[in-house]
Amino acid sequence: MNPQTTPVTKPPVAASGASAGAAPSAVISRDPAVERRESGLTINRARKTFISAEGKQVKAIDDVSLAINSGEFFIMLGPSGCGKTTLLRSIGGMETLDAGEIYIGNQRIDQLPPYERPVNTVFQSYALFPHMSVADNVAFGLEMEKKPKSEIRSTVADMLDLVHLADMGARRPSQLSGGQQQRVALARALAKKPKVLLLDESLSALDFKLRRQMQTELKRIQRETGITFIFVTHDQEEALSMGDRIAVFHNGRPEQVGTPEEIYDKPVDRFVADFIGDINFLSATKTGPNEVSIAGQRFNADSSVLSHAVGEDLTAAIRPERIDVVPQGSPVAAGRPTLTGTVTDAMFMGFDTRVHITLEDGQTVMTRVAPPFDAELIKPASRVQLVIDGLVRVVE
Amino acid sequence: MMSDSKPPTMAIDGRDNSDNVINSASGTDSAAVMTAAAAATSGLSRSQKLQNPQESQESRESQKSQKPQKPPWYKRMFGADRKVKPGMLHRIWALPSIVLGLMFTLGPVCVIVAFSFMSRPDVGGGVKYQFSLDGYKKLLFREDFFGNSYFDGRYLQVFWTSLWMALVTTAVCVALAFPIALWISMRSAKAQRILVMLVTIPFWTNLIVRTYAWMLILNDNGPINQFTQRLGMGAHELLYTPVASLIGLIYTFLPFAVLPMYSALAGFDFRLVEAAYDLGATRGVVMRRIILRAARPGIASGIALCLIPAFGAYVQPVLLGGGRVLMVGNLISSQFSEARNWPFGSAISTVILVITLLAALIASAVGNRSARKAGIAS
Repeated sequence: MNPQTTPVTKPPVAASGASAGAAPSAVISRDPAVERRESGLTINRARKTFISAEGKQVKAIDDVSLAINSGEFFIMLGPSGCGKTTLLRSIGGMETLDAGEIYIGNQRIDQLPPYERPVNTVFQSYALFPHMSVADNVAFGLEMEKKPKSEIRSTVADMLDLVHLADMGARRPSQLSGGQQQRVALARALAKKPKVLLLDESLSALDFKLRRQMQTELKRIQRETGITFIFVTHDQEEALSMGDRIAVFHNGRPEQVGTPEEIYDKPVDRFVADFIGDINFLSATKTGPNEVSIAGQRFNADSSVLSHAVGEDLTAAIRPERIDVVPQGSPVAAGRPTLTGTVTDAMFMGFDTRVHITLEDGQTVMTRVAPPFDAELIKPASRVQLVIDGLVRVVE
Repeated sequence: MMSDSKPPTMAIDGRDNSDNVINSASGTDSAAVMTAAAAATSGLSRSQKLQNPQESQESRESQKSQKPQKPPWYKRMFGADRKVKPGMLHRIWALPSIVLGLMFTLGPVCVIVAFSFMSRPDVGGGVKYQFSLDGYKKLLFREDFFGNSYFDGRYLQVFWTSLWMALVTTAVCVALAFPIALWISMRSAKAQRILVMLVTIPFWTNLIVRTYAWMLILNDNGPINQFTQRLGMGAHELLYTPVASLIGLIYTFLPFAVLPMYSALAGFDFRLVEAAYDLGATRGVVMRRIILRAARPGIASGIALCLIPAFGAYVQPVLLGGGRVLMVGNLISSQFSEARNWPFGSAISTVILVITLLAALIASAVGNRSARKAGIAS
């Protein structure tokens, strides 16, 4: 609560880029950039430990520091049990931290009871009150603020309008479909005009098409309201399509924080690279300052190779769509380093075909071939050449 | 449905080999074997709703509609049905149990109601098969030596005392049971099973034995008095007081309040509490508007399960209250034993029956309404 007196010496631990390996410091500091924001959310050195069923200590939140900008659509992505939901619940006040602080702007909120925090949650299970009508559900939070009746009525109408449920106010939640219930939960949380809206796996109960639709809706609502959204999900596709920034969680801490493009194109480690999208890991050796060799062929590498010594064994991480399949002796491959291999199988996936290729050194590569393509080329046992677009990225 | 294409008379002529009868019968009553017993007890209301075959024939002829015809209720419940599903027993096999069940549930009640309208024999107990309202008159009026009737409030007083005791018992039981039920419903699944079993432990032994145990506890030399004496607060007369009788009643009916409330709360989604807190609700609001609301059907049936039997309680007022306070249960019992006035005893019983029935109807209406509002019965 006293930002003036807190020293602002240390840079944010995980404001952007890699946070892994940052040495824990005894001085608890605030992110100076966040100090200036009005309703940005800062998480500072948060920790929480659970005792598991086997009696072991599990670090659900392991020294996490994050700075989330005001008005940002921020995604916490990770596999189940990575601590993302625990962190979200700590922001909402459903869990208490063992150590660390959470600020919204300059207000410290981690010691407030949930009903005094300027945040609201859209629960995974929706948690709509079954004995109240849709309108009463949306009005509940406003009644708690003792707002005048007329104001409540108009806010409820506005909110139901925002989520396209204007004529459903009199219904019970049980009379609505899953997608509609989801929207009521959203309207109920938004009616409170929170500084930060927390969404806990909010779309995971919906079917594929409805989910797509709600993703677009959520983006629209976030744009229209300008509220900071923190969205927890395990669905990387959802994360990439919706987030302004993504934090990829693993073992209780964010491995990488960045824009969807950064996360996808420049994963900092093998976990992030593997978790987001399809990727090929090929063993490689650094052969020059900006050069790695894969299966005996030399490729140009990106900046990720700089921190390694020449001769070090590395892993090259290559997205399938960056690998082009060409017939042997094709002019496309002339003068470029190529990998040679044999097609093992091809799987038709609709808009493209997934092709598995075994390289000469026994490693397997998966690539995607979009039509139009030569059907003969990707027949099993056909010999092909692989061309890699752009620079090769290496991970540990 | 198939009956659309059939001549409409097929459905009402009662021939079992008519396809549409069979189809509509099995469609509406496919689980009849299981539910027949339950349906039989509520059969009165159900049969009233069903159409009379002749009436419906007239109405169909006038409307000239092609609506599928419902067979009469007895056919839907027990009608011969060739299309029994494989592996399923024919529903007719439920009939013996239903008849026996009806005899056990309604039989004694019918006898009591019949007795209440008969007259007292000149000597001894039993009844004379002669219509009379004397039993009911005696509830409110007294006849003096000369045959003049005076209003007599003594029996009303007994009713009032019983009702008051039952109300206090119910209030205390519900107040104690709610926190217990809420606490149990928030434990782990395994702990819940054990705790529910603990609540039902009293049912393992006979009520009279348990009441005797209370006599020992409340005795002048019992543990309570020994304890207060040791503390220097002196001995208190506990046994054979209305308080003792009340303690016995509360003890007896507490599980009957806990169990329905627990079952109402057991399925409660405690994430709703989190959601309410998240929306700014304080503890009091969460309790009042979320938890109590969910427990309401359980509270309603808890009240019914305490109030109704406590009203007619017999054992506790006699053994623990020492019979000093006359309650309805004791009054009835004495009419069949010492007073040998069976019609009067039956009349009191019938009045209680009617009161209870009304109370049960109100309770179930309240319960249904809150269940509907909770979206359970929609």
